[in-house]
Amino acid sequence: MKGPDIVWYLAVAAFLFTTGALGVLIRRSPLIILLSLEIMLNGANLALIAFSRFHGQGDGQIFALTVMAIAASEVVVGLGLIVAMAKRRLDLDVDKLRTLRG
Amino acid sequence: MDAGNILVWIVWVIAAFACLGSGVAVVSFSNPFYSALSLIGNLSSLAVLYLLLAAEFVAAAQVLVYAGAVMVMFLFVIAYLGGRADTPWAGGPSWQAIAAVAAAAALFVEVIVVIGLKTDGRLSHAPATDYFFGSPYEIGKLFLTDHLLAFEITSIALLIAAVGGVILGSHAHELPEAEQQ
Repeated sequence: MKGPDIVWYLAVAAFLFTTGALGVLIRRSPLIILLSLEIMLNGANLALIAFSRFHGQGDGQIFALTVMAIAASEVVVGLGLIVAMAKRRLDLDVDKLRTLRG
Repeated sequence: MDAGNILVWIVWVIAAFACLGSGVAVVSFSNPFYSALSLIGNLSSLAVLYLLLAAEFVAAAQVLVYAGAVMVMFLFVIAYLGGRADTPWAGGPSWQAIAAVAAAAALFVEVIVVIGLKTDGRLSHAPATDYFFGSPYEIGKLFLTDHLLAFEITSIALLIAAVGGVILGSHAHELPEAEQQ
């Protein structure tokens, strides 16, 4: 295999996942939390595809494609919720949405 | 190292640093519009990494589905809501932010240590792949033979998401009036 070893791809994937997790934890706008979730999913996808290349089998790529489809459906539902929140004039701030808190 | 190897390294370094930099930019921009734009850069540079890993079909799907369709949907919603600024560091770093940074750093160090200790150089020899590896032919064959269940479940999940999006969108008009009564 030309270029860097699988380990380097895994390091990039780990950094991406951590960056996304950090965004989910510190940001308050639900839009940016959804964007950070996409980064986390893509970090996982990169690890899946790197291991798929390492084993020389396509199954990891199949799983990555499934993750992409699930991410698309998650974005549809998440954006629908955000638009519904905006139409009810709710604050787009996850720290202020505490009605469901017990 | 031959010339081809050096070329792949150069492309990898550029794509990886574009990927990491735009990932950090998504989290740190206060305007969601800029965050979404840097996520497009992140997804495109990830597609380059997928190409280097011989996953041609996934790279094409990444650009078409993610950087194209999903991000256009994001940009529409951000334009519809107006880019409201969200400043994560306003008024000095809070305890929540400090704890979040510590948790994320701990997670990263943990993963890197596991990769470094447990792989022990075994991840350095990837087998040579044949011509069809990662091609639409191979992906389609796997999807319709070994992974047919995942294929069908994905289609059902997409259908449910579409129905859910329609329901969320149509009820959003009625709710404020119901509250006024």
